[in-house]
Amino acid sequence: MSKVDKILICGGTGCISSGSGKLVNGLRAALAGAGLEIPVVLTGCHGFCEQGPLVIMEPQGVFYRRVQVEDAEEIIAKHIKGGEVVERLLYTEPTTGEAALTYKDVQFYAKQQRMVLKNCGHIDPENIQEYIAAGGYEGLAKVLKTMNGDQVVEEVKKSGLRGRGGGGFPTGIKWQSTRQAEGTKKYVVCNADEGDPGAFMDRSVLEGDPHAVIEGMLICGYAIGADEGYVYVRAEYPLAIKRLSIAIAQAEEAGYLGENIRGSGFNFRLKIKAGAGAFVCGEETALLNSIEGERGMPRPRPPFPAFKGLWQKPTTLNNVETFANVPVIFRNGADWYASLGTEKSKGTKVFALTGKVNNTGLAEVPMGITMRQIIFDIGGGIKDGKKFKAVQIGGPSGGCLPEELLDLSIDYDSLTAAGAMMGSGGLVVMDETTCMVDLARFFLNFTQKESCGKCIPCREGTKRMLEILQRITDGKGQQSDIETLERLAKVIKSTSLCGLGQTAPNPVLATLRYFRHEYVAHIEEGKCPAGVCTALLSYFIEPETCKGCGLCAKNCPVGAITGVVKEPYTIDTAKCIKCGVCITKCKFGSVQRR
Amino acid sequence: MSSCCQCGNVVPDPRQQQLAEVFKKYAGQKGALIPVLQGAQDIYSYLPAEVLKQIADALNLPFSKVYGVVTFYAQFHLKPRGRNIVRVCLGTACHVRGGAKIFETIRNELQIGDGETTADLRYTLESVACIGACGLAPVIMVNADTHGRLTPDKLKAILAQYE
Repeated sequence: MSKVDKILICGGTGCISSGSGKLVNGLRAALAGAGLEIPVVLTGCHGFCEQGPLVIMEPQGVFYRRVQVEDAEEIIAKHIKGGEVVERLLYTEPTTGEAALTYKDVQFYAKQQRMVLKNCGHIDPENIQEYIAAGGYEGLAKVLKTMNGDQVVEEVKKSGLRGRGGGGFPTGIKWQSTRQAEGTKKYVVCNADEGDPGAFMDRSVLEGDPHAVIEGMLICGYAIGADEGYVYVRAEYPLAIKRLSIAIAQAEEAGYLGENIRGSGFNFRLKIKAGAGAFVCGEETALLNSIEGERGMPRPRPPFPAFKGLWQKPTTLNNVETFANVPVIFRNGADWYASLGTEKSKGTKVFALTGKVNNTGLAEVPMGITMRQIIFDIGGGIKDGKKFKAVQIGGPSGGCLPEELLDLSIDYDSLTAAGAMMGSGGLVVMDETTCMVDLARFFLNFTQKESCGKCIPCREGTKRMLEILQRITDGKGQQSDIETLERLAKVIKSTSLCGLGQTAPNPVLATLRYFRHEYVAHIEEGKCPAGVCTALLSYFIEPETCKGCGLCAKNCPVGAITGVVKEPYTIDTAKCIKCGVCITKCKFGSVQRR
Repeated sequence: MSSCCQCGNVVPDPRQQQLAEVFKKYAGQKGALIPVLQGAQDIYSYLPAEVLKQIADALNLPFSKVYGVVTFYAQFHLKPRGRNIVRVCLGTACHVRGGAKIFETIRNELQIGDGETTADLRYTLESVACIGACGLAPVIMVNADTHGRLTPDKLKAILAQYE
């Protein structure tokens, strides 16, 4: 085995919470103690958070997972000095049971095409030189030296890049509108208010490759004629804010931000605004209000931000992933970029794969790949050998797709036609134990809480829909409920002011479209087929398998279980509060719920 | 302001000085209200009514507007908060992996509801929609530490770490 020349340790939010901070210090100390001079680099997120902390031994790329500080000595003795792999720290494929030796052997990574996430996990995000060495700021240099604003806009249009934050609006057209808008003062705003539950690719890019976002914003500023930009980051992402601040300071020092950038005469300043915790601020006009120090409530459109945005000046707003795509386009050319993906959806998309799937994490794939490939090839299939039921795409604004649609091509238009949407790219996989009515209620509860209250359809409509869903999951559904839900959904979608309201009914409509039978079972039969809705369940003990150990009775908080030792126990359903403790305690699987 | 012994001198509140620095930093800037509120909350750990009045005066804004912004955003607090903020994620990924059970367990353990603070000001409990650590679901955050891959039986030991 070749000599280790560098050790990369993941320093994303996920791995830090799993102990990578301690590991870095421990490993450095142990290396120093052994008299070895091998650099240990704390990188950005690798996107395989569930297996963290992740360690990569370069140059070979041997991939260790769930490494703790206690493992440092063994890695040094066995791997670095002995030239042997520490097998127990290798990743085992959930599908084949085989151990993967290097980064490239892990199926989770092997099937991806990492363009936006290329640097994440491989460079030190707090060192601008590493970004430059990886080809960073080349795109900007090309733009500043050889192109004018119109040519930049044309190039982006030719690439076919569409907004990665949700709507999928063509980025080039957005830039063109702002460029052509009247006025001398213009702004570039990066939407990093990643609020969709189940999406964390923007956090990962900001933590792992902040300069890519800065470079994308610089190119945008040059194209539209702006000299000032803002990055609006969620306050819940402290590490992202810290890394971005460091990156901005280093870019200023290196002459990539400030006056007369690289001698081109182009000026650009960048500021960070920390959000204050309101989901609706992910909506572009609400975000602008928030930067201005107002309540984050959306504005009616038109006028669009391209004409009247921040402080009523023409403004281009894109999200983190969109800006991170821009340097790639200018480094490799629009034609190359447009060769990836489908006819109308170009390039790659980063998905945050979570839920009941074996490999959770970030997966960057070319547009047009199927859901089946993402969930089964990259995600390694469903956890605990359960059966796939549905996948929720696009967060609370999106919809769910059932098994029949697993082979659907993932692009903006096919997803919209199927009643879902690309959204920010959250993919939450659900198995047979997820109740789809409960899921719809969960999303409505979220959007209802986050509704800003400005327009009535969203403020009142989501509340009424939530009441109905609550009633159904409580076992008090009425025959007319499904019809009322559909009518309310239609009105809210067509009359709400902003994207939050216009998409809030989507989870209900999608579950009604593909899982209507579950609603019917709740309302007409009083049953929750997935066994989730507590009010519709009753617990009982199977007399055939109960050994009469009494463990369930001992743990029952309300004394609802009685019996004689070594004989089958019984549950008094009148006393039972359906907490489920008995199921978790029973060693014989005798407690059942139905 | 409290007076010191009997000499009649007034001891300046160091927090007031810090607040004055925040005002100075953002003086004359557009859109300063939210960063000023964030700065003030960092100093006081919540936003007392008296401070809100000072902010309104310093930024020359109506008090009603300041109050409106404070109550709009989840991040701002009008009541004193615990020394340790326990945030339980109830986002989608945590939801399908049992986040509700985690929340229930902590609620029972601390004997407080969502958004409430224990009487000894040791803990404040909050539910949040997503903290972006979905790969580790279910997760909670205590102050700046993220704890993932949780099961209800791990919680007691985690909470005990925070005095």
